[in-house]
Amino acid sequence: MLSVGDSCRELGVVSVQRNSLPMPAVGPNTSALIPSLDAESSAWIVRLRGDSPDREQALSDLHALLLRATRFELRRRTAGQPHLRGGDREDIAHQSADDALLAILAKLDDYRGESRFTTWAYKFALLEAAVNVRQRAWQRREIPLDADHWALIADRTSTPDGVAESRELINALGNAIDQSLTPHQRAVLVAITLNDVPIDVLAQRLNSTRGALYKTLHDARRKLRAHLRERNLDIHAVRQSE
Amino acid sequence: MSPPDHISRDQLIARVIGPSEAELTCDECFDALDRYVELELDGADADRVVAGMRPHLEGCPACQHDYGSLLAYLKSRPKSG
Repeated sequence: MLSVGDSCRELGVVSVQRNSLPMPAVGPNTSALIPSLDAESSAWIVRLRGDSPDREQALSDLHALLLRATRFELRRRTAGQPHLRGGDREDIAHQSADDALLAILAKLDDYRGESRFTTWAYKFALLEAAVNVRQRAWQRREIPLDADHWALIADRTSTPDGVAESRELINALGNAIDQSLTPHQRAVLVAITLNDVPIDVLAQRLNSTRGALYKTLHDARRKLRAHLRERNLDIHAVRQSE
Repeated sequence: MSPPDHISRDQLIARVIGPSEAELTCDECFDALDRYVELELDGADADRVVAGMRPHLEGCPACQHDYGSLLAYLKSRPKSG
């Protein structure tokens, strides 16, 4: 999903100036391809078309909707971040709404009418705001990539009945992380699952993408589960205890 | 930096080994997220319609975050907008 933000950059927009957004043209056939579209969503598509006389007003209206969504996300996600002042939050909200608008216009022909248009649009705004907040929060922080914290897990309490089995599982998992994974798989797994590094922050630091890193994580987990199954360790019991 | 204290050992192990069911990719998740959340809010069986979404949300903290945000925002809005 980092590709959503990437799509804005692919448009050649490095620094978006408010009120002067370079708007990509929108294909004329979107609404014609979606016969089941509700009236309000249809109206949005028609108004946003490149040849619509109402397009400028539609862009302004959509931007206002997106800004409400990004402000909502900013309020939700920055309550515990005192380093973000009100002015900073407002800047991030505007930047995120700008980026979301560009992403939406670039992908308008992909809208299939499987939800209301506004729901489809909100997800871009919320994503951009969340990514911006996460990037800001990790701006000058070191990304922990080593597996030293595995030992901390072994010290956590568990239910008394499951202690012995859990200990065996912990040891087997520790061995699998050390021995079965490539260094890259190990770094990605540890950063995301043990150290709570957001995947888009990690993608930026490693010059990768969210999708590519999740594939790496997925492959690493598959190796770990196979390692445990070979030793007849019950991973279902753990998942059901979540 | 260390694993958050409020998460139990079993929860951490589950995070590490991830979901064993077939799951969507992050891009597929984002594509279907609006539909999935609307279905859920409408009381439909979203997990049957969008197979693979739930395991992905369990395995991907960032997508889980995005899902939670869209759900919370739609709940905060009047249904028409």
